[in-house]
Parts: sequence; C-alpha cells; structure tokens
Amino acid sequence: MNPEMVPSAVLVVAIGVLFTAGVYLLLERSLTRVLLGFVLIGNGANLLMLVAGGRAGGAPIAGITPEAEMSDPLVQVMVLTSIVITLALTAFVLAMAYRSWQLNGHDEVADDVEDRRIARLAARNAPSYLDRDDGEPGTLDEDAAAARDDMVRGDTDRTDETGEAR
Amino acid sequence: MTHDLTTLVPLPVLIPLCAAGLALALHRHPRAQRIISVVALSLMLAASLGLLVAADGGPLVVDVGGWAAPVGIPLVADRLTALMLSVSGVVLLCVLLYSISEGISESPDGLAGDEDPIPVAIYHPTFLVLAAGVANAFLSGDLFNLYVGFEILLAASYVLLTLGGTGERIRAGAVYVVVSLLSSILFFVAIALAYASTGTVNLAQLAQRLPETDPGVVVVLELLLLLAFGIKAAIFPLSAWLPDSYPTAPAPVTAVFAGLLTKVGVYAIIRTQTLLFPDSPEVDRVLMVLALLTMVVGILGAVAQDDLKRLLSFTLVSHIGFMVFGIALGSEAGLAAAVFYVAHHITVQTTLFLVTGLVERRAGTTSLDRLGGLARVAPWLALLFFVPAMNLAGIPPLSGFLGKVGLLEAGVADGGPLAWALVAGSVVTSLLTLYAVVKAWNKAFWQEVPEGVARDVRLPRGMTGPTTALVAFGLLLTVAAGPLYGYTTRAAETAMDGHTYVDAVFPDGADRGRGESPDAVDEGAP
Repeated sequence: MNPEMVPSAVLVVAIGVLFTAGVYLLLERSLTRVLLGFVLIGNGANLLMLVAGGRAGGAPIAGITPEAEMSDPLVQVMVLTSIVITLALTAFVLAMAYRSWQLNGHDEVADDVEDRRIARLAARNAPSYLDRDDGEPGTLDEDAAAARDDMVRGDTDRTDETGEAR
Repeated sequence: MTHDLTTLVPLPVLIPLCAAGLALALHRHPRAQRIISVVALSLMLAASLGLLVAADGGPLVVDVGGWAAPVGIPLVADRLTALMLSVSGVVLLCVLLYSISEGISESPDGLAGDEDPIPVAIYHPTFLVLAAGVANAFLSGDLFNLYVGFEILLAASYVLLTLGGTGERIRAGAVYVVVSLLSSILFFVAIALAYASTGTVNLAQLAQRLPETDPGVVVVLELLLLLAFGIKAAIFPLSAWLPDSYPTAPAPVTAVFAGLLTKVGVYAIIRTQTLLFPDSPEVDRVLMVLALLTMVVGILGAVAQDDLKRLLSFTLVSHIGFMVFGIALGSEAGLAAAVFYVAHHITVQTTLFLVTGLVERRAGTTSLDRLGGLARVAPWLALLFFVPAMNLAGIPPLSGFLGKVGLLEAGVADGGPLAWALVAGSVVTSLLTLYAVVKAWNKAFWQEVPEGVARDVRLPRGMTGPTTALVAFGLLLTVAAGPLYGYTTRAAETAMDGHTYVDAVFPDGADRGRGESPDAVDEGAP
C-alpha cells in the first residue's frame, strides 16, 4: 500500500463513530432526530472524503508551499460543496419538522396512511362473500373513499386556521 | 463545424438557472415570471433539439471555465444525453404551460381539483431550478458534478413536493426527503471511495483507470453507485417511498417527478454501467432479478389500488423494471430498447398524471370508487386518458408496444434462463398493466355518472391544450419510431464501445490529460 495513502487512525475511528451514531438516529421516528442522524452521517462522509485525499500537507497555494508538501485541494473543494449542500438541506428539514409540529403537535414520520388503509381493507374484504348476502355491496369502498377525502380536506382546513400565507 | 455547436452544450443548464434567478427577483410580477419561465424552457428545448442533431455526429465536449479535463469539469453531450434532454425539454415545457393555466383559472363550480392553488412566486423559480438540475445530471462528465446535479434537482423537488405545507404533503414529504438524503449520502461515499482508489472523479478518466484497480474495490464501488441510483430510480426493494410520496403533490408536480426524476436515476445507471463497469456479468445477473421483481411487485401493487394517482405511481415503479431489464442484458440491442423505452415512458407517464390532474379537476376526486361516467360527461378527457393508457399497456402499434418488442427480442437473443424468465415476466406485467388501466377506465369513465358532477363544465383550454400536445407527442414517438429506434441503437453502440466517450473527453490523449487548458496557457497564469 502506498504510504502516502495510509489514513490517520483517529480519522478512521471518528468516521466509524459518526456513521454508527448517524444510522442509529436515522432509524428514529422523530424528524428532528433523523435530521441529527443525517448531519452526523454527512460529517462522517465529509471526513471520509478528506481521508480519500491522502496525507495532510501545507496550504495548496503555488509559491507558498512547495509542490511536494501540498495537501490535495480537490477533496477540500468537494467537502466544501458538500458542507454547503448539507447546510441548506438541514435548514429545509428543520423547517419541515417545525411545520409538522405546528400542524400535528409532533414531528414524527408517519406510516403510509393509504397503505395501512389498503391493508385494513384487504383484511376486512377477506370474507367478502359473506357481505354480498346482506345486500350492501360496496359500502366498504364508499367508507374508504370518504375517509380519504375527509383526511385530505381536514388538512386544508387546518392550513386555513393557522393563517399560513399561500 | 462541431466546434461551434459545442456552444449549445452548457445552455440547457445555464438558461433555466439564470431564468430561475430572474424569476425569483421578479416574484412580485407573476405575469413576467410566467413569460420568463416559458421563454427559458422553450430556449432550453431548442438547445436540446440542436444538440440532438449535433450529437449524432459524435459527442460534444465543453470544458467549463476553459480548464481541460481532468482538472476542469467537462460537460459531455453524446446521443444518449441529447435524447434524454430533448424528451425532458418537451415534457418540462408542457407541464409548465399546464401548471400556469391551473394556477390562473378558478374552477367555476367551486370543485377545484387541486384544493390549494400553487403559490406561483415560489413555484416558477423552483421549477426552473429543477429543470437545470435535470439537465446538469444528464450533461455531466464528472461524477462529482453528477452529484451536484442530483442535489440541485432534489432540493428543488423537496420544495415542489411540500408546496403549501399542508399536513398530508409534509407527511409524504418527510418520507421522500429522508430517503433522498440517504441516497445522496451513499452517492457521496461512493465518490469518496472512487477518489481514494483511483485519484479521479472524472468519468472518462475513471473509465481508463478502473480496469487497473483492484476488482474487489471496483465491485464495492459499482454496488454503492447502484444502490444510490437504485433508490432514485425506485428499483424494487428500494421503491417503497415512491407510491407514498408522489401522489400527494399537485398534479403537474407529480407529473414531472414521475416523468423525469426516476429516469435521471435510470440514466445514471446506464451511464455508469456502460462506461465505468462494462464487464460485470455477476452484477448484471443481480440487476436482472431485481428487474423481474420490480416489474411484478410494482404491477401487483397497481392492481390493488383504488385511487388513480396511486395506481399510476405503482405502474411507474413496475415499468422501471423494463428499463433495468434492458440495461441488465448488457447487449447493444437491450440497451437500445431500454433507451427507447425511457423516452417513451417519460412521455406517457407524465401525460397520464396530467390527465389525472384534469380528472381530479373535473370530478373533484381521483378515487376510482367515486368516479364514473366521465366518458359521457367529458369525451375529450376520456380520449386523452385512453390513448396514453393503451400506450402504457403496450397495445400495438403504439410506442410502448415497440419498446417492449425490442426488449423481448433482446431478451430472447440473450437466451439465458434469467433472460427467459424476464421475457415471461415482461409479458405478464404488460397484461397486468392492461388489466389495471382497463379497470381504471371501467370505473372512472364508464358506469353511471355519480351525483354532483356538473355536466356543462368545460376544462380550461390552457390545461387540456398542453395535455393534448403531450398525447400527440407520444403518438409522434410512435410514428417516428423507425428513425428514433435507429438513433437509440446508435446511442447504445457509442455507449457500449467504451472508447468514443473517453476519446471525446481526451482528444489528444496525454496532452489534455495534464489538465492545462490552451486558453489559460495563452493568457499566462490565471
């Protein structure tokens, strides 16, 4: 292995810890914790990129550092770009978590409502040949459609109450 | 001659990006914003069409900032890129026109399909940024620039998906954003690994250096990239986020996401699989299994749905399987069919979601249990749904049928047991797609007209017009299928031969490999 490319053990351990903690947080329900997990993993990935550039050196400016002692500027540029992107996305997710809290009083990432409904529907539909006899075919479907429409409408009403500008 | 035409290469990125800034500055003047957006996307389409013609003579390369690759970032427009850009340009323009009309006109009966109008001031700049991001991803000749392109379009898509911030959209948006963030990080880690192992992130230089790299590292790299792109393209085990998040957005947003975002992922898979990992039969076999599962699981999901938007989202997942099928075959015929299928599917899927938006506006719901009799109430709308729906199912002689026949032929030519399984799976999926859309047709367009649906309402021309144009464009793809298929075959040839792309980026070998730009040398040290 090229001795130039042997990474510092401290950095490698730090990357491992950041990724582990980040994955743990990503698996949480609360959007804020998920966001913290994303920030940790993002920083871990940035460190990984830094390690990918090889050993550390002087500032990569011609005339200040001799060429052989320069550190790799390309990885620094890429890390910088990634930091900017992470910053913007963190701000966005924070705004989303805040909005979720405003609407629901919590910022938990919910299950797919529609999927749950379909699963319920399937469970209730299983003995559907029994339903046919009591002369009410289709009532279940009607209920389901009504439930969905109410849900959608409820959301918009709530938006109006909070007086958010459109 | 080609030298002059290279000016066109950065335009599909630059025009929408500059227009987005302008539109944001003019957020108090909605009319000016609309004009800027339409003009910008028209120019972008024109530039893309120019590239489509120009790239047929060989890939066009621009060194951004005058620094030659691999130090500078090249933008490369070959046939594959130009075709993707052109189809995307048409789709983006039509969706924009549709959404402008949707934003302006009020529904006369109060049964507005979209219950919350789009906030125009944010919508236009974001839409333009999305267009720029898509174009950047298609044009990029550099892995890191591809990542930046992805981030641009993803950031725009987060905003578009959560427009208005209603509870339902925030809920769906949270899932979408978290999954996308994860895929971005995986992509970034893959770039770090690529740089650590080869010392470059330039696609052409990676193609040169990867064969000399440790094969174990290369496989890790390939799988990481596939994982990241697979999440974006919604390939089966990574597709659960899509049907949950797309349907809640406004109709034009869902339409453009369904048409373009997953296809950017598919494009990235095509690019990396052909250029960086041309010889990886094991991974191809894995892709074949995933393609089969994507098709079958996706379409079974679609059959179970009773909401038009969700049904279409599941068909979207399912038909991604067809494209992965073509890529996984690893043959020119397979790739040509896959590229043709991408062009066809972008158009058809977008059209169907726009039509769904029209249905929602006309009848006030997209639940199949509540719809009915639309064929009698709105015959033109019924026709607009029927043609792309049949096209999606692959009824001859439409373009979906031609794409599928191409894939089946390539599969039969491959002859392996997995390829035959995929051929059988494609046929079953096509039949189930037909079943799903016929069920939707039967429930929404036939049956009795439910109470409360006004009979004498007309949909705004501004919304039906672009939809009709997209349906016509889908038919044009059918009529022009011969030349188009020839074009995709040539695109597949250049993509598969491996050296055309590299030669275009490094025309005089080592000379440009040093990264010194002729311009920079002429002007002295910059």
